[in-house]
Amino acid sequence: MTGQIVTANRLTDGAVVFRTGAGGWSTRVTDAALLDAGAAAAALEVAQADASRQIVVGPYLANAAAGPDGPVPVEFRERIRARGPTVGLPGAIQD
Amino acid sequence: MPLLKGGHAVADAWVHLDDAEPLPPDGVAVTVSGERWERERAVLLARAAPVGVRLGNGAPVEPLAADLPRLGLIALHFPKFSDGRAYSQARRLRRAGYRGELRATGNVLQDQLLLMARVGFDAFQMAASDAERRWQAAVGAYAHFYQPRRTVA
Amino acid sequence: MYRYDEFDRAFLAERTAQFRDQVARRLAGDLSEDEFKPLRLMNGLYLQLHAYMLRIAVPYGTLSSVQMRRLADVAERWDRGYGHFTTRQNIQLNWIRLEDAPDIMAALAEVEMHGIQTSGNCIRNVTADQYAGVAADEIEDPRIWAEILRQWSTNHPEFSFLPRKFKIAVTGAEFDRAAIRVHDIGLRMRRDPGGAAGFEVVVGGGLGRTPLVGRTIRDFLPKDDLLGYLEAVMRVYNALGRRDNLYKSRIKILVHDVGAEEMGRLVDAEFRAIQADGGVALDPDLVRRIQDHFAPPAYASAPADPDAVRALERADPAFARWVATNTAAHREPGHAIVNLSLKPHGRPPGDATAAEMRAVADMAERWSLGEIRVAHEQNLVLPHVRRADLPAVWRAAQEIGFATPNIGLLTDIIACPGLDYCALATARSIPVAERLADRFRDLDRLHAIGPFRINISGCINACGHHHVGHVGLLGVDKNGEEFYQITLGGNSDNDTAIGRIVGPAVSSAEVVDAIERLVETYVAIREEGETFLETCRRVGNGPFKESIYAAA
Repeated sequence: MTGQIVTANRLTDGAVVFRTGAGGWSTRVTDAALLDAGAAAAALEVAQADASRQIVVGPYLANAAAGPDGPVPVEFRERIRARGPTVGLPGAIQD
Repeated sequence: MPLLKGGHAVADAWVHLDDAEPLPPDGVAVTVSGERWERERAVLLARAAPVGVRLGNGAPVEPLAADLPRLGLIALHFPKFSDGRAYSQARRLRRAGYRGELRATGNVLQDQLLLMARVGFDAFQMAASDAERRWQAAVGAYAHFYQPRRTVA
Repeated sequence: MYRYDEFDRAFLAERTAQFRDQVARRLAGDLSEDEFKPLRLMNGLYLQLHAYMLRIAVPYGTLSSVQMRRLADVAERWDRGYGHFTTRQNIQLNWIRLEDAPDIMAALAEVEMHGIQTSGNCIRNVTADQYAGVAADEIEDPRIWAEILRQWSTNHPEFSFLPRKFKIAVTGAEFDRAAIRVHDIGLRMRRDPGGAAGFEVVVGGGLGRTPLVGRTIRDFLPKDDLLGYLEAVMRVYNALGRRDNLYKSRIKILVHDVGAEEMGRLVDAEFRAIQADGGVALDPDLVRRIQDHFAPPAYASAPADPDAVRALERADPAFARWVATNTAAHREPGHAIVNLSLKPHGRPPGDATAAEMRAVADMAERWSLGEIRVAHEQNLVLPHVRRADLPAVWRAAQEIGFATPNIGLLTDIIACPGLDYCALATARSIPVAERLADRFRDLDRLHAIGPFRINISGCINACGHHHVGHVGLLGVDKNGEEFYQITLGGNSDNDTAIGRIVGPAVSSAEVVDAIERLVETYVAIREEGETFLETCRRVGNGPFKESIYAAA
């Protein structure tokens, strides 16, 4: 199934977060709720309320497909957001 | 909407006329738009009561030069706090010798108050109900300015 | 180097406290994101793809060892242990938490650093020739004026909410290493017939969506008039610059729309009004103090051509090659300017780890009077090295991988962070730079190709300055795939030129092969001693177009 997920950056640290089915936010895209168009619009509205409550910044909808472990973003940019930079740096502290 | 002058919320003594509104009897201090000022300048200058102009932020200030001694209030507008044209209008008006009230209207927020004061504004129409507290915080933030006391003699 | 005085320190403490208060108000909900964003940007804090990014100002590209060590500390304590030196001579940290930002600012302030005006619609950090003060071809150290401009533009009450960002570059040298003709204002020092130093004033240059070469509106401006004249430029721009369209709001569009002559006239009229009102006079005591800070250091006398260096050059071709490529002429006999290449093959251009930053700080302390420069080409510079110390400096640079002899050559690639980090990007830059560097890693081949500048931008905003690369690559998104538009013949120094688009964008898979074919074509058709740029100007895009689009 393809659908949409709600994503944003967390206000306090800027981390990429995804809206879960339980209405919280997770840093793992696989935790995101994959929604059809109607549910996505409603979820985005609730997410915007979280933006007004200093939880997240700039929530929006991204296209995603169902994968074996959970949603996988469709657009290349969103895959980079979900997974991190495609390049490493020797000596960098990874986490 | 508090009006701040000298750091205090004060009553607005001015009547701000729409372009279509008839002039009240002389004795009432009024402001008009820049366009109306151009059209009715002679009539307005003939009044004994104080007169003022609300200037759009795209308007040049030079056409007002001759009238500056007669104007008691010039209101400059910030349609959005990030639109900074009125800062330069204020500088040019003060440079031209304007000594009356220079009022900032529109999207006037705490973090821009001090910048506005430093280019010559001395009255601030704010939406925030705690405008006095915000003024105190804003002016208290800095005692050191590179302009004009530092690089500039 | 400029050192803060009590005033500078007091101002920075106030700014740091103000920012701490603004962050607290944002976290408490007193400031909306819309209200907060311009404030955090004016302190260098962006919200990027993965986290907040902090852009720390390196005023006119000059850093001390102490400051470099503090950057390493900050990168380690509050980020992921590395930073990225930018085409604006600044450094960016990619993994910042908003909650930590006030403490980071306080830590930076202790060493006279900050992120002030590295973003936002204000006068940005002023950039300068990275060889300022030591270049052999210099009239006067332009950093004196860059510092005066820093002070004048800092927290300027009138020019903090301009139509758009505003970038000023200044050079004191004959040869333009500061790319002044692609800045909003470019200043080049020159002498009048009487021998007095002043400035040629160039306005309206810029890259981005509408690349334009700046126009000279004043051939010679006496130094004392600089602030008044720039204030006039700023006021004209603030009043008349467009605010209805983000892509037409830079001063270059205003200059283009009204014409350079009319722009000059508008500025002159405002300048006269400023002068009539008493002018923007410089405080002579302050100017003298700033001049003293940039007085040439007391160099110990040093042999111009030390035997040991000469012997090593003969014995070790690798050293000789490094000296030829990575060092530059110094105004002081017996000294050299050393470039540390932040383009080791296989690494993101301009990146340095905390350990590498500390090593560079140590090198600067030992061999360069504690001073480091950041070049807009995203390399580091040791400006005061005795020629006799070159072998030791070379070995130390080798140890951290910053001795690749590729300064000004094909693998000295300028690249923005691209889609790996940047929220605005449409394609990646770093992987293309890495693949190109890998393809051309053979040093003999690299040197046989000769001077060659590749610039890569991950979007039309052109942070990688692709329009002025000899070869420019602009990443674009074509139906979800990364493609690269190629421009040829760009240049950012004395004869600044905007590169011409060669044809349809090529795919990510194709781009390295296409560049290689282009290079081979150049090598085949060049005349004796001709650089790529010269060949390109002689023959036009035609032959290169053919090779780029030749079936593989």
